Amino acid sequence: MKARTFSFRRVTSVEEALAAFASCEGEARFLAGGQSLLPALNLRLDAPDLLIDISRVEGMRGVSVSSSGLRIGALTRHVEVLRSPLVAEHASLLSRAAPFVAHPAIRNLGTIGGSLALADPAAEFPTCILALNASLEIAGANGIRTVRADDYFRALYETDIGPGELLTAILIPPPSHGQRVHFDELARRRGDYAIVGLAVNAVIHDSNVKEIRLAFSSVGPIPTRAKTAEAQLIGTFLGAEGIASAQAALANDLSPDGTDEVSSETRMHLARVLLGRSLNALLREDK
Amino acid sequence: MSEQVSITVKVNGSIVRRMVEPRLTLLDFLRRDLGLTGTHAGCEMGACGACLVSLEGRAVHSCLMLAVQADDLSVETIEGLSENGSIADLQAAFFERNALQCGYCTPGVLITARDCLSTGGVPSRDEIRDALSGNYCRCTGYEAIVDAIEVVARMRAANAEGSK
Amino acid sequence: MTAISDSPFRAANQYIGKSLPRPGAKRLLAGRGRYTDDIVVPRMLYAAFWRSPFAHARLGAISIEAAAAMPGVHRVFIGADFAAICKPWVGTLSHFAGMKSAPQLPLATEKVLWAGHPIAMVIAETRAQAEDALEAIEVELDELEPVVDIDAAQLPDSTLVYEEAGSNVIFRTRIESGSTASAFEDAEVVEAEFRFGRHTAVTMELRSILADYDPSDGRLTVHQSTQTPYQFHDIYARHFGLSEAHVRVVAPDVGGSFGMKLHLYHEDMAVVGASILTGRPVKFTADRMESFLTDIHARDHRVRARLAISADGMFRGIEVDDVTGVGPFSAYPRTSVVEGNQVVRLIGAAYRLKDYRADLTVVAQNKTQMSQYRAVGHPIACAVTERLVDLAGARVGLDPFEIRRRNYVTQDMYPHKTPSGYSFERLSLEECLDKLHEAMDYEALRKDQARLREAGIHRGIGIATYVEITNPSPAFYGVGGAHISAQDGCVLKVTSSGGIQCLISLSELGQGAEAIVGQIVAEGVGINPNLVRVITGDTDMTPVGGATWACRGAGIGGETALQASKKLKGRILEIAGAILQCSPGKLDISDGQILDQGGNIRMSLGELANLAYFRSDLLPKGIQPELTVAHHYAPSGYPFAFTNGIHGSLVEVDVETGFVKILKHWVIEDCGRILNPLLVDEQIRGGVVQGLGAAFFEECLYSKSGQLLNGSMADYLVPMACEMPDIVIGHVETPTQDTELGAKGCGEAGTAAASGAALNAVNDALSPFKASITQLPMTPERILKALRVV
Repeated sequence: MKARTFSFRRVTSVEEALAAFASCEGEARFLAGGQSLLPALNLRLDAPDLLIDISRVEGMRGVSVSSSGLRIGALTRHVEVLRSPLVAEHASLLSRAAPFVAHPAIRNLGTIGGSLALADPAAEFPTCILALNASLEIAGANGIRTVRADDYFRALYETDIGPGELLTAILIPPPSHGQRVHFDELARRRGDYAIVGLAVNAVIHDSNVKEIRLAFSSVGPIPTRAKTAEAQLIGTFLGAEGIASAQAALANDLSPDGTDEVSSETRMHLARVLLGRSLNALLREDK
Repeated sequence: MSEQVSITVKVNGSIVRRMVEPRLTLLDFLRRDLGLTGTHAGCEMGACGACLVSLEGRAVHSCLMLAVQADDLSVETIEGLSENGSIADLQAAFFERNALQCGYCTPGVLITARDCLSTGGVPSRDEIRDALSGNYCRCTGYEAIVDAIEVVARMRAANAEGSK
Repeated sequence: MTAISDSPFRAANQYIGKSLPRPGAKRLLAGRGRYTDDIVVPRMLYAAFWRSPFAHARLGAISIEAAAAMPGVHRVFIGADFAAICKPWVGTLSHFAGMKSAPQLPLATEKVLWAGHPIAMVIAETRAQAEDALEAIEVELDELEPVVDIDAAQLPDSTLVYEEAGSNVIFRTRIESGSTASAFEDAEVVEAEFRFGRHTAVTMELRSILADYDPSDGRLTVHQSTQTPYQFHDIYARHFGLSEAHVRVVAPDVGGSFGMKLHLYHEDMAVVGASILTGRPVKFTADRMESFLTDIHARDHRVRARLAISADGMFRGIEVDDVTGVGPFSAYPRTSVVEGNQVVRLIGAAYRLKDYRADLTVVAQNKTQMSQYRAVGHPIACAVTERLVDLAGARVGLDPFEIRRRNYVTQDMYPHKTPSGYSFERLSLEECLDKLHEAMDYEALRKDQARLREAGIHRGIGIATYVEITNPSPAFYGVGGAHISAQDGCVLKVTSSGGIQCLISLSELGQGAEAIVGQIVAEGVGINPNLVRVITGDTDMTPVGGATWACRGAGIGGETALQASKKLKGRILEIAGAILQCSPGKLDISDGQILDQGGNIRMSLGELANLAYFRSDLLPKGIQPELTVAHHYAPSGYPFAFTNGIHGSLVEVDVETGFVKILKHWVIEDCGRILNPLLVDEQIRGGVVQGLGAAFFEECLYSKSGQLLNGSMADYLVPMACEMPDIVIGHVETPTQDTELGAKGCGEAGTAAASGAALNAVNDALSPFKASITQLPMTPERILKALRVV
């Protein structure tokens, strides 16, 4: 398991990164934390001609807050998301999800931007940014643009990031009054990719659901919102009945593929269980 | 064939300068180029933890990092941590408790243990197990490892208390 | 921390039975271990293999020219290159009558037999360059129908894995004792069909071999991560036509083995062959993907079994049908039928039974070869038996403890012969059962369980008895013609300052063989263990012997060391007596000092050695300065020293998700005389966790076309720290009378019954739902299916 040969270039600015990509005659990849790219290289599943090391690009790392919300630099490492007081205050869903991301040593190098750019449908952060209604800041030849998380995930491992573009930051709107968040997943072992995971972001007043976004992992090619279930819940009193009807509504939202270990039916069942448990947890917190 | 790249890495406190192929992992660089064979290859995909080293004071998989990425950074391996005595108490506790058998996972486990205890305090057994969630051990069944780490945590806490 | 109990056999100033840490462990803790892949020799080249992507195919043209021209590439070999210098190996033994297996060569020559079968080999300056060259190799493969399913493989029109055999059934046997027909007549019958997933060892250190053939003097030196250096010494010499005197096999530190590293692999032979053909040292270390595709797999059994009982819960008879798929050929040199053989012989072994019948069918298939891995057959026999026992208990309304107590072989029955032909010197079944009951606080657990069920929390309690085969005599392999030694040899040398060098044929795999041998020699001679240096794993240094497998190290190797040390002590005292002019029988050695009967120090062992080696002129006439002894020991009493014990498991099943939390595990074991409780306890714990892996996680999944689907550490789930419980261990000691040492093995005890206990525990948790599961691993989906939730 040794990677094919490639050239390597370290860049220190976004402009330099984009220029390096544009000038590469073959295939180029941006290298951030490398925690998903390196296995792919070692396994020769991916074999680019050029790796552009962006890990030391100025200004792409760290967390800041403004009136428009939280800004997390794409190079912010999982461990930094996990420990950031700003994230805990302004986007606690991410703080809750971070411990589920792989293992400590992976979290020490892996970056949130890397996770979102790869867009593994089993990963935790993609569901979180979907649930948080976050936006993604993407730099390209024509400057910086932002895309809403709802429009960002396109297909399996495919996002709105075009060739030669670079994800630079994640923008999370400020929490609303009454916001309740929850993250949970069902994984065979601690740190494994989940059979199913769920990020919930809701606004609840006196057990009345004002807003809710439900984003599942591992139920399809991309992190998936359960919009029918959301619609069932919005405007209702959060209780056993509402939860049951949201669980039933998942049939309209999800159609997970079966694998050799987990059939489609089992995954669907587990998604319903997880939804029920997560909503009940919100309910408990609300009381 | 891609061009070789010059790198300067601080390894176990000493500056090392080498020409490397970009595709060379930090793991293979340490083992093959520097003869630091205490860092072990287990899966080369970041699953097993046998290759953990300390990069700028934090445990990372040396199989999931290129040697060129370590340019200008500081790496500590089991050899360095053994020689500078910083994990001597952990090593002694592992020895007494027989918290290793074949020893192949052990350097990685020790690096995790070091990180786990770096924040001070006495973690619960569940917290220790959680910290070890990325370290495969096929011999011990983990309990002795958890015991040894717990003993050191208590010892350090008692020493910290005593020195106040 | 768990308290470690010392052996009651321990006396003052003795080392056997003490919880001493392993001397070699400090080196490993400092990162100073030396595993095979760590070894670099001048002019060394690296190997990589081009492997079949298909499970079954006819091999056509192989194009290697482009690869041979790649940077750094030294040679590219194909099957014919090695066929010219290597005698094929065939994994059959004569005591398994009628078995068949396809002859094997290092690289495929006509057919490929599994996805992963090596076809070509690149030798290059670096492993990366060798892998680069693999991409330039082209191979024509004409895909054949793969044989995958064990039932389809037996159909008359099935494609054959090995045409010359005329069938995919490579071995069949029936064991019959008494009449099960009459036992089942008018009896209550409980029955089940069990499935045991294929799994694999996943040693942390990957398989690694470095062969260095020196054409100038025809010497072959092989460093190899193996349990059995002498076995490979024999194989390389015989199959490459080398003189044994010119072959050396060294096992450096071994990073886990568990039975996986004593089988011959195609890559081993290719590496030796490549070194012979190039005259250069060649190293191959499997990467993890290769390891999943080529390390032996194990288990993969379907067992249909039924137990006849009388109304009062007494067992009347058992019938078993075991079918196992073992891959495309039988492993060499131990065969792939031993696991099945042990399954059908161990089922029901702990119980009073006369009427027994078992059928074993061993089937070839286009999957990775399967053979012995830790606790060979035991977990299957245990899970089948113990599940049936619980079902019987439920049928007649007896608690799991009570039905076992009623049916165990009892103390007045020893020596006891099982209907399958095993002879037990003495077991401690009832004592272990009682101890477990107490250790678990069983009544309190049952009360908790009932209370929690009211609250919708479903805990399960399971127990499982095991009987374990240890200390095998030549009846195991030797009688079948295998060059596998059942004896061990030990050479002891007094060094000039009074220390002892011990060269022994055991191998050290991390379980502490060197530590216990050091303790035995220290006690046997009468010196401090720190002055005993134990050397293992090098055929140029150690005597010929069986090494470490099948739980034989402590029992056989330990006895060898004990007798050698007594011999050496006798020799020392003989010389001392001559020097001191007194009868050797009136002298003794303690802490390296030679004492008289009054306990007075007369001289030190160092002084004696100094005289012997440097001032032999001062020795009395006729006394030779011979302070080296050799001793060999082979078991000659019972063919096996059987051990026993019992496990308890407490689990909590989430009946909505099918997830199981393993809350606690108990083991009461009897491995005879305990040499080092610290090491025994950790052997047991490690074994339990491998058994829990089988119970809940580990399974090699194959597609219908014979492709391994989860061959990576991310996909094949081994148990990790977070999912594993703390494990309580207790001991009963029934030393074997066959040896002076009295030790039996303990290496399989943890694995043997952990999955069976867990199976019973999960079923106990599911019982309120009238649900049952009989397939391992018990995955969430299988549990949900058992619960009829999905």
